[in-house]
Amino acid sequence: MKTIEELLREIRPEFDFTASNDLIGDGMLDSYDVVTLVSELDRNFGICIAGVDILPEHFQNLASIQTLVRKYTAL
Amino acid sequence: MNFTFSHRKITGLLAIVPANERSFTDEMANFNFPIARSLKLKMVMGYDKHRIVDGPVCASDLACFGMEYLFDKGLLSRDDCDALIVVTQSPDYFMPPTSSVIQGRLRLKQDIFCLDINQGCAGFLVGLIEAFLLLHEPSIQKVVLINVDVLSRKTSSKDRNSYPLIGDAASITIVERSDNSRPIHANFKMDGSRRDALTIPAGGFRLPSSPETAVLEDDGENNLRAKDHLRMDGSGVFNFVQVEVPPMVRDLLQRAQATFEDVDYFLFHQPNRFMLQKLADAMGVPYAKMPSNIVENYGNSSGVTIPMAIAHNLRQVVLDGGINACLAGFGVGLTWASMLMRLGPLSFCELIDF
Repeated sequence: MKTIEELLREIRPEFDFTASNDLIGDGMLDSYDVVTLVSELDRNFGICIAGVDILPEHFQNLASIQTLVRKYTAL
Repeated sequence: MNFTFSHRKITGLLAIVPANERSFTDEMANFNFPIARSLKLKMVMGYDKHRIVDGPVCASDLACFGMEYLFDKGLLSRDDCDALIVVTQSPDYFMPPTSSVIQGRLRLKQDIFCLDINQGCAGFLVGLIEAFLLLHEPSIQKVVLINVDVLSRKTSSKDRNSYPLIGDAASITIVERSDNSRPIHANFKMDGSRRDALTIPAGGFRLPSSPETAVLEDDGENNLRAKDHLRMDGSGVFNFVQVEVPPMVRDLLQRAQATFEDVDYFLFHQPNRFMLQKLADAMGVPYAKMPSNIVENYGNSSGVTIPMAIAHNLRQVVLDGGINACLAGFGVGLTWASMLMRLGPLSFCELIDF
């Protein structure tokens, strides 16, 4: 199983995702990268992130993405 | 707003798509994105092929082509068209209405009620509701509902958010009275305060087209589009659909005293595969009961995608017997609507090339 950071690097290999607290604001993830990431998170972690949870605040940084994934892996 | 109709039915359906097919793979070089990122998006969203008009083809061209096809095949008679509803966001002109253009080009009778409706992704539902209402009038026996859009002509080819998924198409739906009293339930909602989520900013009277509105601008995500072009707040629209559509469908079914299992097919507007699968997940609907393959085969043609989903996936089923169908459209406005109805048996259901 890949880590969230590895999945992010596969989508945008040019960035260091640990270096930002605002991935969208800093231009490291656009709205369509988020869609790609959700698809990868679903597949990698065997979860199904609800559409209503695909909000910018859940993809602000590694910690917020981790929190989102935990919400579903704990189910 | 809730509606309940009875003694109404769809009796025929024809979808028309331009023969000109483009592929996302061929167009990727137009977008200012690394190929690998575009290919990932292709997998997730279902971008593949789309049909767009080649040259200055207008809404009435697609519509008249389809109508002439029906006349030639004996599937519809000119004199039987008592009302003509044209739902489009890409009219031939500001004035006259596109329904007038079509009525004139086809030499339809003068004793006909013609109406243009400016609606998009919920346009099939809006058109059906209007057609059902018109059939309250005894002098109207047959309503011809035309959904048509050629929005590729208003979409920037350098906009990866919109261009790969846009499709041009028309559909002609024949709506008539029925002996069957089985109710048709529908609901319709609108929130114009969120109207900027899907818009073509320039070209109307608020901001007339000018050399300035034709200048391509970067949206901050490497998409280039002008104010003359269609623009979509992808995140905003996605969230709107995920928040509003599932409860709308649940309310509809509850009002009809039906369950999700009672529905044979959920025929929803086709924005992209990802959005539809997330909707299906939210409602616990198996993917097999919610077709999501129109964008990958033809593109998103706004109000035409539901008829396209029927003609592409369920032609024989709706010709032979019929299905319990839950329709839903959502988009520009912002507008969202749904309908539960028995669909079929139809006297014709075809998809043809223009």
